[in-house]
Order: sequence, then structure tokens, then C-alpha cells
Amino acid sequence: MAGSVDLSKGLPSHPEKSTLEGKNKFLGFWIFLGGETIMFATFFGTFLGLREGTAGGPSAEELFSMPLVFIMTMLLLTSSLTSVLAMFSMKKNNFKNMLVLMIVTVLLGLGFLGFEIYEFVEYVHHGLGYTTSAFASSFYTLVGLHGAHVLFGLCWITTLIIRYSRSGITLTNAPKFYVASLYWHFIDVVWVFIFTVVYLMGIGGA
Amino acid sequence: MSDDLSKPFTKSSMSEEEIMKINKERKIQVTSFAFMIFLTILAFIAVATETIEVGFAIPFILLLAVVQFFLQMYYFMHLKDKDHGWPNAFIISGVVLSTPALIALILLLGVTKY
Repeated sequence: MAGSVDLSKGLPSHPEKSTLEGKNKFLGFWIFLGGETIMFATFFGTFLGLREGTAGGPSAEELFSMPLVFIMTMLLLTSSLTSVLAMFSMKKNNFKNMLVLMIVTVLLGLGFLGFEIYEFVEYVHHGLGYTTSAFASSFYTLVGLHGAHVLFGLCWITTLIIRYSRSGITLTNAPKFYVASLYWHFIDVVWVFIFTVVYLMGIGGA
Repeated sequence: MSDDLSKPFTKSSMSEEEIMKINKERKIQVTSFAFMIFLTILAFIAVATETIEVGFAIPFILLLAVVQFFLQMYYFMHLKDKDHGWPNAFIISGVVLSTPALIALILLLGVTKY
């Protein structure tokens, strides 16, 4: 039931919120994001509390390389922009454009994930196992949790792209794409704090 | 009515005026993205250059991160738009509850010495 929205003129200007289901998804997803904020805060707190406990293993200053983190940050920031632009295309009923931008988002996300896997493998080679020190465990748990979110987001958006590759923008899939793009922005917000608190503060030697 | 919900549309119902408004908003988003890139580069430079004191660089990059947080939340995630009262409430309560959790963890773990 489309409610009070007039569909005869074409796609409503806010397709993600023109059905009750869409409104509920939107609201529910923001509750989830509020909860995620607190969950990530606890992991950040743990890392900040434990980051000096290197127990003789490699320290942050020895391991982290600035160019790698910089590339990863740029990849994720750009993917955030493409998913924002995808939502503008969605509102204008430009389905093909939206799909292309979503695919670019996924590709940039994949690039990010690839660099992160490479990074972790490299650290293990340098003697930073998961149980090496309190710093190691809290680092891998925090950054790995973020990486798991990226992986989940990639699977989610890819599924949406495949599932709706031929359907055009409808009142059913508009809220789904919108919520997925909100999730993707949230991942980027978390990364902003990771690169600042974990990497830059680690390299800066604070 | 389920047919209506899974039916694509041939056109958008947006008026000229609405399209102009959305294009303007799009421009603002791209500008804020450029600004975010600038802030990111600034943060990296602040840490990379040896001449800037650590005592200044760390609070500075934390401030940049907070600015980016607001840009992402309010522009990219549309928190500034109307009809976003509840989302604002949820995120603000998230941040308010996170603060004591964060501080407590940092202080307590620091005291117990791993």
C-alpha cells in the first residue's frame, strides 16, 4: 500500500520514504547505527587502554606505514562519495547511473579490503600475531571488526545490485539501497576515527 | 497493491524547481567531499612533518576527525535535513553513551596495567 503518495506523476522525490515499510526501515536502521556507535566506542576504548602494552613485540611506530593508510583512507572516502551520488541518481529515477555508481562503490570497497588483508598478512610476517601482545589483540579486534563491517557491506550491496539489476527503481528497492548507502557512510565515519586514533596517533608516537 | 511497489517508473515526479534544488544539494555534497579530502591530507601532513610538535599534532588531528564526523553525518547521511529528528536523537544518544564508556575503558585499563 503506497499510502498517500501520488504515483501517477512518476517516482516520488523521496522514494526511500514514500511507503510505511520504507519509513520503518529508515527509522530502524538509525537505531541500529546508534547502537553501532556505542559498540565501536567500547572497542576504541579497549584499544586506547591497551595500546602501550606491546609485551616486547612490535610497536605501532615500527609497523604502520603512512602511504598504505593514506591510500586506504582515500579509497574509502571516495567510495562514500560515489554512494552519495548514487542516492541522488536514485531520487532522479536514473537507475542505470545509480547501478554504475553502486558498482564503483563496491569496487573501491574491495580495493580497501584487499589492502587491509595485505596489511594484516604483512604485520603477521613482522611478528605481530593475534596473541603477541595486548596491543596486537586490541588492534586486530578493532580494525578487524571494521574490516568485517566492510566485508558485510560489500556482500550486502552486491546482493542488492544482482537482485535488482533489471528491476528499475521501485518503492520496494529504493529504501533498501538507501539504507545500504547509510551503512556504507557509517563504515567510513568509523574509518575516519580508526585512521586518526589508531594509525596517525600510533605513527605520531602519542 | 504489491504490484505498485515493485513496478519501475518511467519518469520522476520531481518538478523543475525540485530538480534544481537537488542539483544544488549535490554540488554541496561534492564540495564537502573535497573539504573532507583536504582535512584528511592535513591530518596526514600534521603527523608526517617532524617540525610540528606531537603535543599540538594529536589534539589537532582529533579535532579534524570530529569535523569529518559531522560532515559525514550531517551532509552525506542527511542528518541536517528535515524529518531527521529521530535519527538525530539516536545518534546523539549513541555519542552521549559512548563518551563515559570510552573514558572509563581508557582509564580502567590503564590502571590495571594489562
